[in-house]
Amino acid sequence: MTHSPPTSNSPDEERRGLLQWSAIVLGAFATAAAGVPIVGFLLGPLRKRGDQWTTAGKVEQFPIGQTRLIDLENPLHGLGDGDAGKIAVYVRRADEEKFQIFAINCTHLGCPVNWLADAGLFMCPCHGGVYYEDGSHASGPPPRGLFQYEHRLEKGDLLVKLGHLPTLQQPG
Amino acid sequence: MKTIKQVWDWFEHRLELRDSIWPVMRHPVPAALAKPVGWMYVFGSMTLTLLMLQIVTGVCLAMIYQPTAADAYASLEYLNYEAPFGWLLRAIHYWSATGMVVMLMVHMTQVFLMGAFKYPRELTWIVGVGLLTTTLVLAFTGQVLRYDGDSYWGVSVAVSAAGRVPFAGPSIVHLILGGEYIGSETLSRFFTLHVFILPGLLIGLLVVHLYLVVKRGISEPPTPGQPVDKATYGEEYEKLLEKGIPFFPHALYRDGVACAVAVLIVVGLAVIFGPKGPGEIPDPTLIHAEPRPDWYFLPVFAMAALSPPSMETFLMLGLPVIGILALVAVPFVAGSGERSARRRPVAVLVVLVTFVTLLILGWYGATSPWSPDMEAWSSTPVPAGIVEKLSPLELQGAVVFQNKCCRNCHALEGAGGKRGPDLTEVGIRMNPEAMVRQVVQGGGNMPAYAQQMNSAEVTALVAFLVKLRPAGIPPAAVPSAAAESLVAAPAETP
Repeated sequence: MTHSPPTSNSPDEERRGLLQWSAIVLGAFATAAAGVPIVGFLLGPLRKRGDQWTTAGKVEQFPIGQTRLIDLENPLHGLGDGDAGKIAVYVRRADEEKFQIFAINCTHLGCPVNWLADAGLFMCPCHGGVYYEDGSHASGPPPRGLFQYEHRLEKGDLLVKLGHLPTLQQPG
Repeated sequence: MKTIKQVWDWFEHRLELRDSIWPVMRHPVPAALAKPVGWMYVFGSMTLTLLMLQIVTGVCLAMIYQPTAADAYASLEYLNYEAPFGWLLRAIHYWSATGMVVMLMVHMTQVFLMGAFKYPRELTWIVGVGLLTTTLVLAFTGQVLRYDGDSYWGVSVAVSAAGRVPFAGPSIVHLILGGEYIGSETLSRFFTLHVFILPGLLIGLLVVHLYLVVKRGISEPPTPGQPVDKATYGEEYEKLLEKGIPFFPHALYRDGVACAVAVLIVVGLAVIFGPKGPGEIPDPTLIHAEPRPDWYFLPVFAMAALSPPSMETFLMLGLPVIGILALVAVPFVAGSGERSARRRPVAVLVVLVTFVTLLILGWYGATSPWSPDMEAWSSTPVPAGIVEKLSPLELQGAVVFQNKCCRNCHALEGAGGKRGPDLTEVGIRMNPEAMVRQVVQGGGNMPAYAQQMNSAEVTALVAFLVKLRPAGIPPAAVPSAAAESLVAAPAETP
């Protein structure tokens, strides 16, 4: 009894071909099924959350011609943030109606700037950036003036819109 | 004894270590390694030992550390003051990290100077560059996990720099922070990176590195006048190994001594100096922080202050990448030829310039003379020797000098800020007109005080500054050349 040599269309080869394609197609589906949620989770922070309005205080808390540091709760704060859920801003009241609300972060590299009331300057302890009282750049390496937050007056309250950490391409 | 042998045989029958591990342990290395020059070959093993110490102490610390913004600081305090040996484990972890970075740099310098990166070990070097990069990222993420004021503001600095990347900056910031601001998700991310991802990557690279070390063999000590020729090197090395010595026990014992010394030094430093931090509470409303990075990143910190504004972003973001690419390119640029440092003056010069630059930048980063002394205006009085000679107007000027925080940037008799020049003898360098102009208009890295001072204050201040000169020397009669050069102020952006 002789065996004929397997032809290219032999059932074995067809089965192997089917298995090969099944492995590739099913593998691709399985990778996508597991991979999409993983990648989606990892890229989740790219979905930006908008800043939110919060009350900075009563208007009369801020004397005309003065700049004050106030501590607020970050409206975007979440569970487990502890003190990191707080945010500090400088509120400057130039006149009756005009306010400026500055981020405390230096526009150079994000260090906290200090308000020196007698000198009328903001100074950064990291690389020596200096800003005038209206937030404009005075000297040192910062590429621009202080970041400012959007704000409005409502029923005697000063409201400010904030939440994210301001950076050069995403200012206040 | 017989039982032990039976157990050993049972395992050996299944693991076949005699056929796998033993040949690796006994692989031949150049005989010269048995000589004193062999001590030049221990740095890699020392680095590896410190990594293992990092892993073991890190696993222990992770049992208590709480990677949330709310609890991390308290858990560090618990480790420092409550957990048995917690302070020592934190200290060993910190000092072994320091030791690992130092030994890695020493190891790479030795490999570079002895030409061990040349054919056929180019890939070993490139993987080593990957190990260096991963180690430095581990060092930064570790600094963030020491969750205190420096850590918090360190992240702020890092994302501010990353936020400058053209187009992708905001997205990179969000990916680093895990959201919109520095919070619990940020710390969890750094924890995941530091504890899972980077160690996994490091171990993976390490396996490849060690595989290549065994596969390509340990390089022989270089001899001047014997260049690497890709056509003949393999054959010559094989001949050399015929007279070689087995790695175990000869080289391994030497490694063992060096590694033990490294561990003893690290533990000694840990006992003497203790753990680093945590410092001030990581509260974003405590704005009097003066963040400084760990020593590894002081040169980068210095560069951020010293770079010209037009090149700042490139230097901050591009230079580290260029540095890594330059290291990767080394074996492609000089993959053959002389290995001995005695015949490679350019290589020696590169090493010298690199280390001198890093040391100078590191020193500047540590002392940061460009930073204002934020407390000087209220904590550093005008020296009594100056005050006692002043008229009432000049005394008023001294008060203006302090109250307007001039002292934060200008020292008197060496005390005060170093950002601007020491003004102890400014009276002989600038005349009153130049002083008025400088105070009112600013320039040369000094803000203009036109809006911050009234004319009476300027008058008093200048009267005080004119008085700042040695006894018997008249005040400057003409505006100084230095004052003229200060006029070029940087362009202001509203």
